[in-house]
Amino acid sequence: MKTIRLLDIAHARSGDKGDTANVGLIARRPEFYPVLVERVTVEAVKRHFDGLVHGGVERFELPNLEALNFLLHEALGGGGTVSLKTDAQGKTYSSALLRMEIEIDDDLARLIP
Amino acid sequence: MKTIRIASGQGFWGDMLEAPVQQVEGGPIDYLMLDYLAEVTMSIMQKQRSRNPELGYATDFVPLMERILPACVERDIKVTANAGGVNPAGCSAAVLEVARKLGLGGQVRVGIVRGDDIMDRLESFTRDGIELRNMDTGEPLSTVIDRVQSANVYFGAWPIVEALSRGARVVVTGRCTDTGLTLAPMAYEFGWAKDDWDRVAAGTIAGHTIECGAQASGGNCMVDWDSIPDLANIGYPIVEASADGTFVITKHPGTGGRISPAVIKEQLVYEMGDPKAYITPDCVADFTSIHLAGDGTDRVRMFGIRGNPETEFYKVSISYSSGFKAVGTLVYAWPDAYRKAEAADRILRERLERLGLRFDEVLTEFVGASACHGPLAGTPSGELAEVELRVGVRSESKADVERFTKELAPLVLTGPPNVTGFAGGRPRVQEIVAYWPALIPKSVVEPVVEIAEA
Repeated sequence: MKTIRLLDIAHARSGDKGDTANVGLIARRPEFYPVLVERVTVEAVKRHFDGLVHGGVERFELPNLEALNFLLHEALGGGGTVSLKTDAQGKTYSSALLRMEIEIDDDLARLIP
Repeated sequence: MKTIRIASGQGFWGDMLEAPVQQVEGGPIDYLMLDYLAEVTMSIMQKQRSRNPELGYATDFVPLMERILPACVERDIKVTANAGGVNPAGCSAAVLEVARKLGLGGQVRVGIVRGDDIMDRLESFTRDGIELRNMDTGEPLSTVIDRVQSANVYFGAWPIVEALSRGARVVVTGRCTDTGLTLAPMAYEFGWAKDDWDRVAAGTIAGHTIECGAQASGGNCMVDWDSIPDLANIGYPIVEASADGTFVITKHPGTGGRISPAVIKEQLVYEMGDPKAYITPDCVADFTSIHLAGDGTDRVRMFGIRGNPETEFYKVSISYSSGFKAVGTLVYAWPDAYRKAEAADRILRERLERLGLRFDEVLTEFVGASACHGPLAGTPSGELAEVELRVGVRSESKADVERFTKELAPLVLTGPPNVTGFAGGRPRVQEIVAYWPALIPKSVVEPVVEIAEA
């Protein structure tokens, strides 16, 4: 097993809806998608965003796009115009998620350029 | 097989002014779609109209029409735009005036979609038991009704289809979904039925793909961002749609940016909720049904899209006044930049406390260390070249927020050393116009479609 960052095997885009941020996490290769499904769980994401996201986390699967969508609740300091945050729209939560470290098989790790 | 080309020219009010011109001049298109309205835009427009009854719409749209209307008439390009804001009739009048000035009298019909403004009906809705509860918090609108600044229903594609079928060259709407601006030309040209849910969903997803402009053609794109060519001359996306509900996303040749399956995937997941239930006034689209395939350079084909019936509700976008805020910054340089910024924050907070100011929230961020990713960014190094201290406050009391704005600059001479970045003067006090999303039964609101001619 090898420890990697999600940045190595996925890309992402994030946005907002009120005080909820969404992060779409997309596998860089089809082979990486099952690892995302297995390792990037609701619990792992909740733990990862500790201190930044104060509410619950929801996860949705899009196997057709080899992607997962996460909803991070109570994440934007009230959201929209109310929020005092630099990133009131959660635009950078995409790369925040890609900081997460997971373990993957060596065979898969070899596919990382 | 007949295809139509719908070009995205504006992803929000404030997007690149040259983009719609590039779309008209850069190659063949049949429709130009322009999205001007973000959630807060309507309240800004409401304020503008209260000062001048002729305003309250996206004013950029009028000089744009002056530039492109002759080409649109000559090449038979139609325009769908939610530029009308809270005054679609005023916007339409300005466009017709431009058309006359350009000598296009008799050649330009403008379709107006209105009826979305329910500001004057809120009291009667509340009396009739339509509570307009906040979709996020569940609270009824009555708790803030005396502070409401604007209230607009999101209409979908069908009023625009009606305007097109009545000969409109330019359709100007008030609050209407971004997706409806793209779906409408497809539904009109191909004669789709309202309950042809798969095709309606396909048009909706085509709309979602291009509604943020260049975010679908390489802008704000993470995957291989540093190899995306010529972002300075980025080409905005174009939908090449077919009657069967399949379509290709592409852009004009000779423009920068990139359109690939990976780029399109990033845009598809943008602002997504439950992917199986992307709800618009027109349908419930299923994003898990989308298939993507590369189709040559800067071309992605999308197919297989499924949809479900529309719901019985429109979404309503309500804005209301919710206090005041201000944000101020100072910059601390090496050495110990982060510790100095932290110390300055402690001093500032103590002074605010002694002044007896009351805030609903005081938020401190350290730009350069952790403002975006918070604790996920790890412990800041003592060697950081500089850190920006950024402090924001929020309060119902304008006076307290104003007092706060006068406490930052003094820190330069009364706090930690090696500090700068105060030349911009005192921070500005902003009124907070908050957003109240709600649902309303479709049965109580009716879109109005009018046609006016130059």
